[in-house]
Amino acid sequence: MKTFEFIRAADLKGAIEGAARAKTAQQGADVRFVAGGTTLIDLMKLNVETPAHVIDINRLPLDKVETTPDGGLRIGATVRNSDLAHHPIVKQDYAVLSEALLSGASTQLRNMATTAGNLLQRTRCMYFRETAMPCNKRKPGSGCPAIAGSNRMLAILGASEHCIATNPSDMCVAMAALEATIHVQGPKGSRAIPIAGFHLLPGDTPQRETVLEPGDLITHVTLPAPISGSRQVYLKLRDRASYEFALASAAVVIKIAGGNVINARIALGGVGTKPWRSPAAEAVLLSQPATPANFRKAAEAALRDAKAQSENGFKIELAKRCLAHALQMAAKG
Amino acid sequence: MGDNPEANPTDPNRRAFLRSLGSSAAAVAVAGCSTVTPSNADRQSGSRIEDTVSITLRINGKDRPLRVDPRTTLLDCIREVVALTGTKKGCDHGQCGACTVHVNGRRVNSCLSLALMHDGEEITTIEGLGAPEALHPMQAAFVACDAYQCGYCTSGQIMSAVALLKEPCDGSDAAVKELMSGNICRCGAYANIVCAIQKVRKSGSI
Repeated sequence: MKTFEFIRAADLKGAIEGAARAKTAQQGADVRFVAGGTTLIDLMKLNVETPAHVIDINRLPLDKVETTPDGGLRIGATVRNSDLAHHPIVKQDYAVLSEALLSGASTQLRNMATTAGNLLQRTRCMYFRETAMPCNKRKPGSGCPAIAGSNRMLAILGASEHCIATNPSDMCVAMAALEATIHVQGPKGSRAIPIAGFHLLPGDTPQRETVLEPGDLITHVTLPAPISGSRQVYLKLRDRASYEFALASAAVVIKIAGGNVINARIALGGVGTKPWRSPAAEAVLLSQPATPANFRKAAEAALRDAKAQSENGFKIELAKRCLAHALQMAAKG
Repeated sequence: MGDNPEANPTDPNRRAFLRSLGSSAAAVAVAGCSTVTPSNADRQSGSRIEDTVSITLRINGKDRPLRVDPRTTLLDCIREVVALTGTKKGCDHGQCGACTVHVNGRRVNSCLSLALMHDGEEITTIEGLGAPEALHPMQAAFVACDAYQCGYCTSGQIMSAVALLKEPCDGSDAAVKELMSGNICRCGAYANIVCAIQKVRKSGSI
């Protein structure tokens, strides 16, 4: 691991000022915030991340889960994944988020990993993690060996000719379906970013994964008030029963009345270069009968633009069945 | 250093030899123990170097004032600086669970955390659970149920198992397996590990 200066932030202002001197907040940033450390320390050991300054934000007052005046939920940046998953309000009103969190990693990692950290979780693409290999995300312009290489786990939606790395987060998929808003404080003040606009597609700049700029500190995430009477499911398919990244996953928030779907929010995981909300699938379902045939149609719509790489063509059908099955589970209640 | 009777430097046993090897090798390979000082190459690399930093970890009920290189993980600190070698390094990337310890009563992968992040916090390692003459009930159950073969993952398994009994869990074998999935056992002692955990759960001893 490269040497670095370790700074314990005393307050938000100090943390933001400390990070604002960085040239970028994206891949290769010379200043990094650390909270859980489960991604950052891992990548620092691999020399994929080599910050010269590491700012510890664990002692900032960002660890609360509170209801908001509009009936929603405010989740602090450093709330641990396990605490969020087991929070009574999350279990009751945002079950898809609780299920997604508990399907990710292990208890030890969930006890460390934080809400903001998971929003910034990095891809598990093996070429990204191996500095002996080219990787456009890690070293722009060096090439993407995954495209002609080992790509079984990689993305079928949102990829470009420069990068096909999958976003590995489960939490973000649920938050996409719940229409979370990410609150950031930076050198120029604070702003609120809908999760749909937070992660970037790789395009020709795969090293840029989010809209964050130097000094931007995620302070909290808000969820809108739950849709009363909605049913929620997170279904994750993977190579082993537990402690594994998704091959395909689906987060479903659906409301059915009189046999018809009157509200649907759908997002897919394990298949996209970002947490993959599917307005196309939602449009297919809306105002239609909640039937297996319509669920399959929605799944077809969600994967319409999917593009297989040499080893991951199976994920297209797998993701369709995953979504159709998740909808079925939700419909049955 | 440490409570470990084998830590006596006049006792040239295997553990002591390995530890001295570890501390000399650390400067080139392990990246971070109390004796590491940044090399000239590091100093000339342009990044600002903090030498060792003072922290106090409360480990197994005892305050430990320490000096560590900022890069030192909690795992390396426990093993190489404090010389408590019951906690094991398996993958060193949060994938195997061998390094599991409790921080403020919760189980974590000590390999993915910097020691500096835990200044003032309460750390419990396998050495803090029981002693050879007075095993913790979970340690005794692992012996009784033959819940290990080579033993390398065992301290991590036991630290997870002890924490698990205080976590939300419906008590079924399936739930125990799910909650133990972060601890890999390459010998495949899983069935007996579940037996040991259920034995302690049913006895209500912790």
